[in-house]
Amino acid sequence: MSDTIIQTSETTPAIIVDHVTKSFLKRNSHSMKEAFVGWTKGKKVRADQFHALDDVSFQIGEGESVAVLGFNGSGKSTTLKMVSGVMQPDKGRVFTKGRVAGLIEVGAGFHPDLSGRENVYLNAAILGMSKEQIDARFDDIVEFSEIGDFIEQEVKHYSSGMFMRLAFAVAIHVDLDVLLVDEVLAVGDEAFRKKCSDKLKELAAEGVTMLIVSHSMGMVQDLCSRGIVIHEHKVLFDGPIAEAVQVIRTTPH
Amino acid sequence: MTTIDLNNYDVPGRSRGILDVIRWRYLLRLLVRKGTSTRYRNSALGWTWSYVKPLIQFFIYFLVMGFIFGQRDNVENFPLYMFSGFITVQFFNEAFGNATTAVVGNKALVRKIYLPRELFPIAAIINAFIHFLPQLAILLVVAIFYGWRPGFTEIGSVLAGLALIALISFGLGLLFAGLNVRFRDAENFAEVIRQLATWASPVLYTWQLIPDKMGSFFGHLYMCNPITIAVEFMHYGFWAETVPRYSETHQGGWIGFPPHFGLYALVAVVISVILVVIGQLVFRRAERTFAQDL
Repeated sequence: MSDTIIQTSETTPAIIVDHVTKSFLKRNSHSMKEAFVGWTKGKKVRADQFHALDDVSFQIGEGESVAVLGFNGSGKSTTLKMVSGVMQPDKGRVFTKGRVAGLIEVGAGFHPDLSGRENVYLNAAILGMSKEQIDARFDDIVEFSEIGDFIEQEVKHYSSGMFMRLAFAVAIHVDLDVLLVDEVLAVGDEAFRKKCSDKLKELAAEGVTMLIVSHSMGMVQDLCSRGIVIHEHKVLFDGPIAEAVQVIRTTPH
Repeated sequence: MTTIDLNNYDVPGRSRGILDVIRWRYLLRLLVRKGTSTRYRNSALGWTWSYVKPLIQFFIYFLVMGFIFGQRDNVENFPLYMFSGFITVQFFNEAFGNATTAVVGNKALVRKIYLPRELFPIAAIINAFIHFLPQLAILLVVAIFYGWRPGFTEIGSVLAGLALIALISFGLGLLFAGLNVRFRDAENFAEVIRQLATWASPVLYTWQLIPDKMGSFFGHLYMCNPITIAVEFMHYGFWAETVPRYSETHQGGWIGFPPHFGLYALVAVVISVILVVIGQLVFRRAERTFAQDL
């Protein structure tokens, strides 16, 4: 592994994924007792290695909008988790530039027993915002979510649509340079989805770098200019979005 | 062909451990507030439970140890003696227990978003401290009832005891919180330690009994336990002042700090600091696989 990385994207990269390999353990026994019983029966007791990502490399230039495409279980979400820092690669390196935030975590920090207002503050702080920033954006967040007076209610009384809308509204109002989106745009009704994708386009126009994981071909073609197809844990294709979509449609499952 | 200057880049998920918590203090504050405001959610009595539960436990111990085993006659102002030690151990148990399950309890967050994970055990310990305050309030009332008039040394002693408890629960808490993600055995082992804590410190009896009955080796070992030291600090702070010094006519009075107390206290502090260092190292090692182990 060399210490320098050759730039492959057209602009300065905001995300660098360099020869990343990630494997998980597939455990064959879950306790010492089970291991012992399995061993006496001649079964396999040691854990197997399971490759989720195998030597994946790509770079995303600043301001680019890129879709990561692939079938279920191909390693798309794992890729995003490496970029967000939730997981560490076994081999290879990941670098990011600027503030990274993800719509992966929509609603993850919500506590059902807290009010909408308290949850907005908690979640925005989780995404790295300061109190002053949240104070300044609070009204925008509530307006975007279309929650209205329900903001003082406990979140457990929200409908699932309201819950997701509020969570999405928080995430989208965080100051960021790189946005990671993982299959969350199936939020709310048609009108709200439109509003979300408009907001994402607005962010893209402002120069925010985006990495989007989605199965919705219509949406990624609308938002992204480039597509990376991950198939069986490797990069199969990296290029213009229309061709990427073509590749995924013609790849046998 | 351009090469990239990697100095401008961050490595996602690389933290500076406890130091990062300072940068995230606003979130820490919100996490603590979340803990306190949801603790007694959906309960009619709410925070009353924070007073009722320790009081009931206290009365049980007091009946058994004070009356049945006659400690009331051996130690003057025994309720005050016992309660000051009892809530100290309660604070440890609560802090250590909460910290142990802190990472697993925040599974949803840990799996999906990166933030310094030390925040969770630290928030748990601060929450335990807040939960300890009502008990401290009861203790103050009881102490004043017994004619407690503290000076600077008493107050300082109480603060030292509480600081020591915070330190030891932080070290042990980090260690167990990290291990608990992969091995839930840690939770059960922590439970064992918590059960032992009340008996392995002079809460229900006086420290003299240990060297007397078990010999000097166990006596030394016993006195190196940071919780023992903290409890003795609390006894000095709240109880010793209200009773006469030990004498022929006052067998139940304060006999003074155990011999070599300063040295033992130093050892206890060193043990606690070492535990914090080990805890942080283990936690950081375990942290790398939190997201996939949860």
